[in-house]
Amino acid sequence: MESLTSRRKLVASKPLNFWERAYLPAILSGLRITGKHFFRKPVTISYPEVKREFSENFRGMHSLKRDEEGRERCTACGLCALSCPAEAITMIAAERQKGEEKLYREEKYAAVYEINMLRCIFCGLCEEACPKEAIYLDGDIVPSNYLRKDFIYGKDKLVEAPLNQ
Amino acid sequence: MELAFIGFVGQKFILVGIIFAISLVVAMYSTYAERKIAAFFQDRIGPNRAGPFGMLQPLADGMKMFMKEEIIPTHANAFLFIVGPSLAILTACIGSAVIPWGQQITIAGHVIDLQVTDINVGVLYIFGVVSLGVYGVMIGGWASNNKYSLLGAIRAASQNISYEIAMGLSIIALLMLTGTLSLKEIAEQQHGWHWNIIKQPLGFLIFIICAFAETNRTPFDLPECETELVGGYHTEYSSMKLGFYLFAEYINMFISSAVMATLYWGGYNYPGMDFMNNLLGPTWGPLLGFVILFGKILCFIFFFMWVRWTIPRFRYDQLMDLGWKILIPLAIANIVLTGVVSTVLRHFGY
Repeated sequence: MESLTSRRKLVASKPLNFWERAYLPAILSGLRITGKHFFRKPVTISYPEVKREFSENFRGMHSLKRDEEGRERCTACGLCALSCPAEAITMIAAERQKGEEKLYREEKYAAVYEINMLRCIFCGLCEEACPKEAIYLDGDIVPSNYLRKDFIYGKDKLVEAPLNQ
Repeated sequence: MELAFIGFVGQKFILVGIIFAISLVVAMYSTYAERKIAAFFQDRIGPNRAGPFGMLQPLADGMKMFMKEEIIPTHANAFLFIVGPSLAILTACIGSAVIPWGQQITIAGHVIDLQVTDINVGVLYIFGVVSLGVYGVMIGGWASNNKYSLLGAIRAASQNISYEIAMGLSIIALLMLTGTLSLKEIAEQQHGWHWNIIKQPLGFLIFIICAFAETNRTPFDLPECETELVGGYHTEYSSMKLGFYLFAEYINMFISSAVMATLYWGGYNYPGMDFMNNLLGPTWGPLLGFVILFGKILCFIFFFMWVRWTIPRFRYDQLMDLGWKILIPLAIANIVLTGVVSTVLRHFGY
């Protein structure tokens, strides 16, 4: 029969000869392989002291960005919450009052913005949906906690630190 | 007469104490070395938290073993359950009595043998002790009243008996050349470059394979095959009773390394020994020989560990095949070969 792939191999189960049954040559070549490893450098990273660098496109904790003047970019349009497959994002919008122009970039802003980190699957669809470039998943691993309520992250944890004060 | 006798006994007691302490320390640090060497073979670092380089790790492990809860299963035979590990460690320890650790040493005018006792059936004694060791495993497995433990114990027994035959046959070829069963004399005969490994390479190969099986080391650690038998014969054991079993394995490894070094690799002999003895005098010269022997032993222990992290465990039928169909015929062939070659050589006047 013609083979369907180029990787076809003929498998033969012939009985082992004497030296193969004595296992010695195979054992010696095995010892050679492991022996080489004895002189290699360990690849261990001693965790608490040394931390492994994440790759550049690692998706960690979310952060809500500010613009160049330090105003919150988010306009509470709700596209992130809509695009979220895990339905982890909830928000309550509010209207910007007079005197708050330095705080929020647009007339509408998120008074409450919450992400449930237990639901979030870190897919990154929220950052893709956002038309204002306000949300990015550029943080670290979400730290562990004892209480479920502490995994609901509000604006206190999500919004970037203000620019130079 | 009386005083000399007391002095002799005291000397032996001190020697026994030293050898016992050395065995225990070597076994302790073998556990550390095993973990460290495993790490190196797997490109890891290994234990490095307790003390400098993790040197205190064995102490921490021992402490943990002693502090853990001790469980004796309800339906186990409590007496035999305790006897098992005790027997295992006892038989492991008493093997060291006939091993010559060095030449006679002179301390402050006293001549001391670096051997607890030079009995003229030393090799037989070693074999007897080693075969008793299987009782520890067997009794432990049986007393646990657990099917898996019993299966592990049965495996251990049949494996040890099978490999003891090949081991005994391989040693016969060596005894044909040495003409003595005393380990001291065998070591003395290898003075200079007359190491038995040169005359008996095949015998040594069979011996070391059997030594792996006798000490239940990988690739022959079927008695404790955790994937098939949970933990094998020590499934039901906890805390230091388990520790004794594991410890006995390491002491066995140490003693069998010492036996291999003595029988085949020249014991405490090394090239240029007479010169060094003249140079260092009657106290430090023999001690250097002891250090050399110790180095050989450590090399063997390293080899045991190297093999452990290289070769996967044998299947049980493969194990029996290797023992009965390969090693025993090879050992018998080695006897015949040794006989023929030595007769021919003697005929031509060597």
